[in-house]
Amino acid sequence: MKEIKPYTLAVFSENTVGILNLISIVYTRRSINVESISASPTAIPGIYKTTVFSYSDRETMEKVLAQIEKAIYVVKAYMFTEDEIVHQEVALYKVPTEKLMDEPELENIIRHHNARILEITHVYTVIEKTGHTDETEALFQELKKYDIRQFVRSGRVCVTKDPIEHVSVFLEHRDRQLREIEKEEERE
Amino acid sequence: MEEQITGGEALIRSLELEGVDYIFGYPGGTIMPLYDRLYDHRENLRHILTRHEQGAIHAAEGYARATGKTGVVVATSGPGATNLVTGIADARMDSTPLVVIAGQVGTNVLGNDAFQETDFIDVTNPISKWGYQVRSARELPDVIARAFFIANSGRPGPVIIDLPRNVQVELMEWKGYKKCRFIRTYENRPPIDLDQIDIAAKLLNEAERPLILAGHGLTISGAERELGEMALKGDIPVATTLHGLSALSMDHPMHKGMIGMHGNIAPNVATNKADVIFAIGLRFDDRVVSKTDKYAPQAKIIHVDIDASEIGRQVNPHLTIHADAKDALLAILPKIKTQKRTEWIEFFTKLEQFESERIYRQQRSKSGKGKAMKMAEVVALVSEKSEADSILVTDVGQNQMSSVRNFKLRSPRSVITSGGLGTMGYGIPAAIGAKFGCPNRPVCLFCGDGGFQMTEQELGTIMEHNLNIKIVILNNNYLGNVRQWQKMFYQGRFSQTPMMNPDFKMLAKAYGLRAEDVSDSDELNDAIERMLTSDSSYILNVNIDPEDMVFPMICPGDPIDRILLNETETLDLNIVEL
Repeated sequence: MKEIKPYTLAVFSENTVGILNLISIVYTRRSINVESISASPTAIPGIYKTTVFSYSDRETMEKVLAQIEKAIYVVKAYMFTEDEIVHQEVALYKVPTEKLMDEPELENIIRHHNARILEITHVYTVIEKTGHTDETEALFQELKKYDIRQFVRSGRVCVTKDPIEHVSVFLEHRDRQLREIEKEEERE
Repeated sequence: MEEQITGGEALIRSLELEGVDYIFGYPGGTIMPLYDRLYDHRENLRHILTRHEQGAIHAAEGYARATGKTGVVVATSGPGATNLVTGIADARMDSTPLVVIAGQVGTNVLGNDAFQETDFIDVTNPISKWGYQVRSARELPDVIARAFFIANSGRPGPVIIDLPRNVQVELMEWKGYKKCRFIRTYENRPPIDLDQIDIAAKLLNEAERPLILAGHGLTISGAERELGEMALKGDIPVATTLHGLSALSMDHPMHKGMIGMHGNIAPNVATNKADVIFAIGLRFDDRVVSKTDKYAPQAKIIHVDIDASEIGRQVNPHLTIHADAKDALLAILPKIKTQKRTEWIEFFTKLEQFESERIYRQQRSKSGKGKAMKMAEVVALVSEKSEADSILVTDVGQNQMSSVRNFKLRSPRSVITSGGLGTMGYGIPAAIGAKFGCPNRPVCLFCGDGGFQMTEQELGTIMEHNLNIKIVILNNNYLGNVRQWQKMFYQGRFSQTPMMNPDFKMLAKAYGLRAEDVSDSDELNDAIERMLTSDSSYILNVNIDPEDMVFPMICPGDPIDRILLNETETLDLNIVEL
């Protein structure tokens, strides 16, 4: 029996139209549900990182990874288990201000969960919490009694624990190759 | 000041400067500005008007497969583009380099379900190597350069250019054309790991029963000579995939035939006897592997492929070499020790003799007066009378398996067939493309009555260009391969496989093509002579016995060495000792 585990894929690519589709169709084809997805620029100019979180077995995920890497504008893709990365999510909770006002425990809850209040109006209050899913979920459970009107949790973002920045190394290598080709062309 | 030209003109100039000589296509609304510019360049850039877009793309595939150059296809938006989908998927599976240019509605109405609009890039994303919608004319030279580079480097494949109508008429400054050689995110030729090559050479040198499995990658990288040298030097038998069949001349002493479901007995049995398998330029298709966990469990498998996603997909190799096939062979060749492996070679020879006596002799024998013929008998006779540089084109099904089993391929790039996708209707247009690509090589197409009728409209293209293509219809009035499976696995319930066919001779006549019906095996020899000596296209409609089936066969899910010799008899693996 194949062991189903959480896997995080970090896909580094050029920032072009359609990259998201090229990544997601590989999951679709194998009927893997994407739990969360997030995309943003990286420290490398022009390079974007898409983080995809899903459950599957290692063998399947290795094939998914290889097929994603095949897309022309994907630089590199990496696959991580939970222990190989530092990851984070952010959650927002919108609760009626009126209910919070009557709550003696509010301060304790905010302190205990290390949450922040982003905005307070007469009508609603927005609370923010960053953390792993179980942590944002725990706060959700506690705030439930105040009648949460809206709740949203972002996709996971992550950085690796690996000391080497493989994407940068690869791109530097490619830049050297480009310079060699350009020199060659000049000679011709 | 630089010259101002339209996007359409820029595209045509880019194609010319890329070295394109043929375009296969079909005009329509949104692509008209491009066709208008083409009119001024029609002397240099020959456009072949097929009778259906699917015909155009299979022709471009045939052209690419015969020449190694990139096939170019043009169609209009909407239905024109969607009619290309089968060919795109086919080219993707079989690593065929294509640049597909499809018209698109104007950028001002994109996304609005305009007349003849389809989201073609998204339709083709899972089946193309790269797709790009051009939003501005000035992008064109660079996009075309990238398209050709991507299509025909690394593992070749189809590339899609989606070309909105207004981009074709938009003015731009022409600054010249520069071929693309580098895209930083795309490693077209992975650097070879020499440590892995050393390990591979050591494994092969120390092996007692090494086997080379050669695939299409060898033909693509042009490594036919190196493959032959390596096999001779190390006395290592070579078995090939369907697409790899002409990677080594069949006259070469080390060519031991084809592997897979309808492959030759010796290499299939040897797969499960070999101690080291050097698999190069192939993707271990499931028709080659059959039952994965019973596939060569005793062997150390070295898998060389340029496409990293193919390594470990079906078969877990002992050693992985991610490289171009020719690069890998050039690196390993000096490290292969010269040696003789008499006993191992003898093993092949004995099984080859067995197959020759038990299978080929019966299948190729003359059926006799008044009898319908057998496929192998027809193909072998055509092969015997064909020139050494002939190109064999096949459709899909029994006709395909019979023709590759019985046609002797002696030159590189001499088998053109739809392997991975198994596209019926591929044959006629692919033969057309092959003939345009290699006008001096004889082109011989074998197809069934079913596949012929899927793209028979392309007889019009053959007529218009007065092409010389020999077409043999192996006609059993059935969808033969499905019939064979129905007979074997569905208790002979021939659901929707019998077919009422037209008078093919009259059909050919309508197109001004010569044709004859061959209903008796006594007439076969002379009819083939007439076909091959004719200086124009010729169609032989040959009456095939519906009971004639393709054997040997490995049933789906069976191990690669459980081989059916006919419907009831399984090969006894003890016939040859090792």
